[in-house]
Amino acid sequence: MRTLLSVLAIAVEVTMILTLVGVSYGTLDSTKERARGVGADVVVRPPNSQVMSALSSSPFSEKYIPLLLQQPHVVLATGTVIQGIGGFDSITGLDFPAFNKMSGGFTYASGADPANDDDMIVDEYYARQKHLQIGSKVTLANHQWTISGIFTGGKLTRIGVKLNVLQELIGTPGHLTQIYVKLDDPKYAQQVVDNLQAALHDDQIYTMDALTSLLSINNVAMLKDFIWVVIAVAVIVGFIVVFMAMYTAVLERTREIGIIKAVGGSSGLVLSILLRETLLLALLGTIVGIVLTYGAQEAMKYYPGNLVQETVYLWWPITCAIAVAGAMLGAVVPAIKAVQQDVTEALSYE
Amino acid sequence: MSEGAVAENPIIQVRGLTKVYHAGDVDVHALRGIDLDIARGEFVAIVGASGSGKSTLFHILGGLTPPTAGTVTIAGKDLAGMTNAERTDLRKATVGFVFQKYNLLPTLTAEDNIKIVEYIGGRSTTFTPEFQEVLRLLGIVDRMQHKPRALSGGQQQRVAIARAMVNKPAILLADEPTGNLDSQNSAAVLGLMKDLNQRTGQTILMITHDPEAAAYASRSVHIRDGKIV
Repeated sequence: MRTLLSVLAIAVEVTMILTLVGVSYGTLDSTKERARGVGADVVVRPPNSQVMSALSSSPFSEKYIPLLLQQPHVVLATGTVIQGIGGFDSITGLDFPAFNKMSGGFTYASGADPANDDDMIVDEYYARQKHLQIGSKVTLANHQWTISGIFTGGKLTRIGVKLNVLQELIGTPGHLTQIYVKLDDPKYAQQVVDNLQAALHDDQIYTMDALTSLLSINNVAMLKDFIWVVIAVAVIVGFIVVFMAMYTAVLERTREIGIIKAVGGSSGLVLSILLRETLLLALLGTIVGIVLTYGAQEAMKYYPGNLVQETVYLWWPITCAIAVAGAMLGAVVPAIKAVQQDVTEALSYE
Repeated sequence: MSEGAVAENPIIQVRGLTKVYHAGDVDVHALRGIDLDIARGEFVAIVGASGSGKSTLFHILGGLTPPTAGTVTIAGKDLAGMTNAERTDLRKATVGFVFQKYNLLPTLTAEDNIKIVEYIGGRSTTFTPEFQEVLRLLGIVDRMQHKPRALSGGQQQRVAIARAMVNKPAILLADEPTGNLDSQNSAAVLGLMKDLNQRTGQTILMITHDPEAAAYASRSVHIRDGKIV
């Protein structure tokens, strides 16, 4: 029972790390995928905007669009307006005809682009989490919307409405949050960015490749720090659990340890038996933890919270090493106690 | 065994052995200058009442605890001044133990209890024909796959004797080997020890408080208040 609980506790430690890492990667990668799905080569963003934060200001006038279209190599330009609704979620206002021309349009599992001003489209993932169907009513940003389309994900946003409707609703008519630009040939992307940057000093102008490359764990300071905090907590949990388990094991096996020593077992042998047992606990805990992570991933698809979890195989060995390190750390003191036990006292232990 | 043989070829030689335990501020003199010679192939009983110092003598001869003063030589090895690691090596190769409470590892089968000692001793874990014969003598050949909880006290003690002999130790130390057994099993175990001594020439030193048990030995040494009497 003690062994089972130890394995389970280490498994929870592993699940904690893998789930956090999986959600971090999942959120970033789905954002990246949606950005790529736009089909743009260049993106113009407001000054001082953060890569992962929901944009909320709408500083660009719609008059930027014709100006951008006059630039060499620019064949399409379309703006969006974004309204954050908490967490990583936001509603995006889209100029559907222009956006469809740039991206090839949404692929719908059911329904179609918004026909009426109150229509809203959502991706399948969001629809599944919120239990939405065509015709469902949703209140977001203090407005009641009707679901007109459920699209397969990976295109710019997870929640889309008509551009002019959202502009009116948030009090920024004629203004845009960001602008997507398509070129006649993607190879001119950097050249266009340089030209635009010279003209629009304060705005953040990226090639789409540059923007998506910024969407990594290392570029989101908060996430990186958070992962380290969780790892530290996980190591402490592993340490405490294994410490208690091994300490109890050493106490319970005082007599056995005495027997091993009495028949000539060296301190090294006793130490290696305990450390091998600890290693086995950590490895079993890691395996069970990986299985539990898949369970968490599956559960996340159905619970609200709008989180996407990826399986990050690279982190399996890293998490295993973390679990082993925490467990070994926990085994040190009990192992020293075992090694230092007096043989004659151990043999008389009842 | 003649006294001459003892004097000429002692496998155990103890001179002026003392052991003082410190219990708080009190010094407990468990052994007060023991002199003892035991010849190779002898079966000797150390007989004494509870608190006489016989268990302390057992622990020192077995390298389980260091002496305070005096010399103890076992198979040519001087125990005085031995480090912990050296005493571990002594237990691994030179001494075999039989305890009153058997002290078998409960999670291992009888066979594995024996083989782990072979493994610790750095020997092959395949039983030699010679050792198979010892197992037959002890009557436990068909009990090898059983765990200790499935064996009677007498059977457990026979497994413990086999375990003590598997690495061919210079001496076999037995501490009250029949202390937990009924009279029938006691007689059987003591008879087997005597038989093993006679057939294999195994040197045996048995600690006991029971004169009946001591009668199985070829020689008895009495100990009282930490001294040979």
